[in-house]
Amino acid sequence: MTSCYVVHEAPVRRVAIFGGTHGNELSGVFLVKHWQENGAEIQRTSLEVKPFITNPRAVKKCTRYIDCDLNRVFDSDNLGMQVMDNIPYEVRRAQEINHIFGPKDSDDAYDLIFDLHNTTSNMGGTLILENSRNNFIIQMFHYIKNALTPNSCPVFLIEHPNLKYATTRSIAKHPIGVEVGPQPQGVLRADILDKMRKIIKHGLDFVHIFNEGKEFPPCTIEVYKIMEKVDFPRNKNDEITAVIHPSLQDQDWQPLNNGDPIFLTIDGETITYEGDSTVYPTFVNEAAYYEKKQAFVKTVKIKLTAKGIRSSFS
Amino acid sequence: MAAPLRLKPLSRVAVSGGTHGNEMSGIYLAKHWLRDPRELQRSSFTITPFLSNLRAIEKCVRYVGQDLNRSFTTEFLSSVKAENEPYELNLAREINQTYGPKGSAQAFDFMFDLHNTTANMGTCLIVDSEENLLSMHMCHYIQTHYRLSPCPIYLYKSPDEEPYTIYSVAKAGLALELGPQAQGVVRADLFAQMRALIACGLDFIELFNKGTVFPAFEIEVYKFTGIVDYPRYPDGEISAMVHPKLQDKDFHPLNPGDPIFQTFSGEEVLYEGNVTIYPAFINEAAYYEKQIAFVKLEKHIFSIPSLQRE
Repeated sequence: MTSCYVVHEAPVRRVAIFGGTHGNELSGVFLVKHWQENGAEIQRTSLEVKPFITNPRAVKKCTRYIDCDLNRVFDSDNLGMQVMDNIPYEVRRAQEINHIFGPKDSDDAYDLIFDLHNTTSNMGGTLILENSRNNFIIQMFHYIKNALTPNSCPVFLIEHPNLKYATTRSIAKHPIGVEVGPQPQGVLRADILDKMRKIIKHGLDFVHIFNEGKEFPPCTIEVYKIMEKVDFPRNKNDEITAVIHPSLQDQDWQPLNNGDPIFLTIDGETITYEGDSTVYPTFVNEAAYYEKKQAFVKTVKIKLTAKGIRSSFS
Repeated sequence: MAAPLRLKPLSRVAVSGGTHGNEMSGIYLAKHWLRDPRELQRSSFTITPFLSNLRAIEKCVRYVGQDLNRSFTTEFLSSVKAENEPYELNLAREINQTYGPKGSAQAFDFMFDLHNTTANMGTCLIVDSEENLLSMHMCHYIQTHYRLSPCPIYLYKSPDEEPYTIYSVAKAGLALELGPQAQGVVRADLFAQMRALIACGLDFIELFNKGTVFPAFEIEVYKFTGIVDYPRYPDGEISAMVHPKLQDKDFHPLNPGDPIFQTFSGEEVLYEGNVTIYPAFINEAAYYEKQIAFVKLEKHIFSIPSLQRE
């Protein structure tokens, strides 16, 4: 027993599963609605699991958001904004969610939140990590990756001084994003829903085993760390003048090297990647990111090691 | 053998992008052609590219008030402007004034309309019915000259239904339906395919105008026979998804007893028809609200008489 490498972590008793943070990403919307009616498959004896639709108005309209992106407004400015008539719907909703599942950064906050998303990019079943030092989540991701073998389960680390954003799930002590694609907005695919469902199953299993007192030895996982956003080439009127090159399209998580094509102009000219080091693009051609001026995100591959963990009360 | 068909040469042709404001291949193509139309130009006719639903394009949505591509019936086109009417109703009247009027001698000779679908329909050609012989000849020409993928022909109109699409304001027309592509996304591969298909269609018109004789032929088409909705809960919400074995199988035969839906608890729903059909628009995003999980098509073979300029 290498108990000197084991840290004691509080048990994870209160878990929420969020669907519909973006109202047109349908896997999470329909899974959460299904679990609200019939939750047997998400119940575990050592924890409470609450499935919850976060943006019901956007779900009803089958649109990403009504006034602004709900998944960007869980910062102290928005959560503390005084409620007035002209406050954007999603800011008001964020305050309600924070009231139920938070308050963010307090002892009363939920222990863990899974937030379910889809992308039009070919990202497969991706896990999103916000903090590279969260031993518990790294251990969970290690467990999920093993459980899903031989299928891959990339981990996307969004920790970055400027690029990290204030997610809905960030009110929990352990925030977990689940991003599965490719799936068009407003479409529900059985294969994509199944991938998401398996990730949640293994994630909940991990929490339960942990709560029951199992010790998890130190582990190391490979993650893709966000480095930079890349916009489409544009003309002086801000219109897009080139599209994702066919040899980059659908190649999320594949190495991109100096000289590789990234864009193709309408006139047929290839624009190549110029950089000294290999990067791993992701969110390649995500529909919702055109308005955010983002054609893809560059990541680098790094390894993260988690300490061994064990529940502090078992 | 039917008598050879003789038609007047075509002098005015239009091509519409953005009839649905989130189907990006046609929007990007039309925007490009509005800046630089050279690749469209042929010697024997004029071609006018246009963006049909600017407000929907601006918002990147299918439509603002109602589906523009269902708004070209006589009833809609002859309605009197009202204050709170859907935006697309007035837009349809304006388009009809510019490129029609529908059914009149002044109407444009031909209109192409550019669409995308989230369904795996490949490079699909949509015509109202086999009675539109000029369009059938164009489809045949495209099928024999565009070699990169098969181009299934989809006839959408029921026998006693009036054509309601944007290209029905012109004397003849053709819609291109390319997929799969997510709404709001432009993919380079589909963009290039659509561009090549239009070039091929324009080449056909040029040859026809210059007197080429197009011999008679037999052609396989898929004809609309009905729709299938999702299973639903009493409150109207869908209770099952397109089955993984049906997903992406547009234009493949579907036999009685084949699975078509899967509930969230894993049960299968089987196809209960009596005959083999060919599904299309399987899991099209825009059709959830129209209560269509897929459309049912029948395969037919039609004989089309030869065609020549008058």
